[in-house]
Amino acid sequence: MTSADQPDVHVIDEVDTEFVDMIKRIGGPNIQSCYQCGTCSGSCPAGARTNYLVRGIIRKALLGLKEDVISSQELWYCTTCYTCTDRCPQDVQPTEVIKAIRNVAVAEGYMLEPHQKVAAKVIEAGHAVPLDKESWQKLREKVGLEPVPPNASGNPWAIEEIRKITSKSGFDKLIGYEEFMRAEEEKKKEQEKKG
Amino acid sequence: MAKNPKFYHFLGCVIPHRYPSVEKATNLVFEDLGMELLDLVGATCCPAPGVFGSFERVTWATVAARNLTLAEAGGHPITTGCNGCFASLWDSNHELKHDEELRKAVNNNLAEIGREFKGTIEVTHYVDALYDYAGVEAIKKRVTRPFEGVRMALHPGCHWMRPKLIKKKDDSERPHIFKEVCEASGAEYVPYKDELICCGAGGAVRTADVKVSLDFTMQKFESIIDAGGADIIVTPCPFCELQLDLGQVEIQKYFEKEFHFDVMHVTELLALAFGHEPEEFGLATHLQYMQRKNQPNWERLGIEVHKPEDVVASE
Repeated sequence: MTSADQPDVHVIDEVDTEFVDMIKRIGGPNIQSCYQCGTCSGSCPAGARTNYLVRGIIRKALLGLKEDVISSQELWYCTTCYTCTDRCPQDVQPTEVIKAIRNVAVAEGYMLEPHQKVAAKVIEAGHAVPLDKESWQKLREKVGLEPVPPNASGNPWAIEEIRKITSKSGFDKLIGYEEFMRAEEEKKKEQEKKG
Repeated sequence: MAKNPKFYHFLGCVIPHRYPSVEKATNLVFEDLGMELLDLVGATCCPAPGVFGSFERVTWATVAARNLTLAEAGGHPITTGCNGCFASLWDSNHELKHDEELRKAVNNNLAEIGREFKGTIEVTHYVDALYDYAGVEAIKKRVTRPFEGVRMALHPGCHWMRPKLIKKKDDSERPHIFKEVCEASGAEYVPYKDELICCGAGGAVRTADVKVSLDFTMQKFESIIDAGGADIIVTPCPFCELQLDLGQVEIQKYFEKEFHFDVMHVTELLALAFGHEPEEFGLATHLQYMQRKNQPNWERLGIEVHKPEDVVASE
């Protein structure tokens, strides 16, 4: 994440005229209906405590300030609660616009490491929150359930299917899965060495 | 109501792997109400809508659609107790039925594993199964331990009912369905100002910056206290439950503020109201109790509290 490198001054003639079309194509088709009323930001619980400003992001996106928008840290403070979407008088669906902009950010290499890790978990274990310790199995037994549930945790063939479809869609390369797993392996070895 | 409705039980990640008491309570409650739950063998992560939907929409929809094809093969609707899982499965089912281009891209990916999205099944949340299939009257009839005088704050969460123009289920500014299901337990609904704000965990925010996400949670807790406090907080989502339950431990760590709320999933509340004891579904395994070594305040519900046995569990 390189938001620290953001320029203080926006050079507004460096516009990306393709950006709006990208957003519309990926999943924010109504972005151009925005008339900047600010209902979204006024409803936003993330904006109430961080510098995340939905209206501002949409305005910048419409101006074609792509690099500025996709590199900003605050883009990742939206909890996707959809309050703005339910209140927007223009049906801009700001939540979908934000998700589409995040898609562009990830495609251009702006992905937080913890997010990379969650994405890798799904390819590795079939689950973003996996059954990765014996203590979780014990917790299941304690409530009177089988230690391993019938989902992907007990069915390696399901994980294999996820690997095939994420490889086909290019998602594994997008998140840098192999490099990430290699780095994790290195870290593990380092820790073992330290004892 | 259809006779003995059958659902594929989509477990997701948080229920089976972190809050298994919800899974067990759901089994008890659905059986008590004559609704059958079938294993959805080989289901994966939904995958988390605000997380994977934010990374790459087509892969999000492909992994979700793969889960849908498992249910399509058996021909029964899905039910899930997680707002996030519900959003991924319901939204992708909806989008794939209406977006020809997305469907083509998804089926092209699914062809790699010999699957195809057909769009033949419906996706429900436990709350829908309870409200639409069992019905509030049937739930009330089954209650043997009514929680009269118990103060209950609700956290409906977001993705079960939003976006309202697409989901067309409840008024997201004045929702009543989840409230009616919870009130069937006999508990007293406590309105509070911030009932409808997000728990703070969604959209990959908990992963990106846990302190920001906990700041949402604290606002909710403070709002409940301002409304006179509550004996329990009830939610229809295990990820919200994790944020509200384990979140209290994290808030203590990061902000040195101490809250003591007992948090339950709606099926855990109903299991108790139906006369099941907390030990029958392991209610004391909630991560707050396991990690803080504190005692639940269930005396306020008229339930005797036994000291939970130690199980080593850590995040």
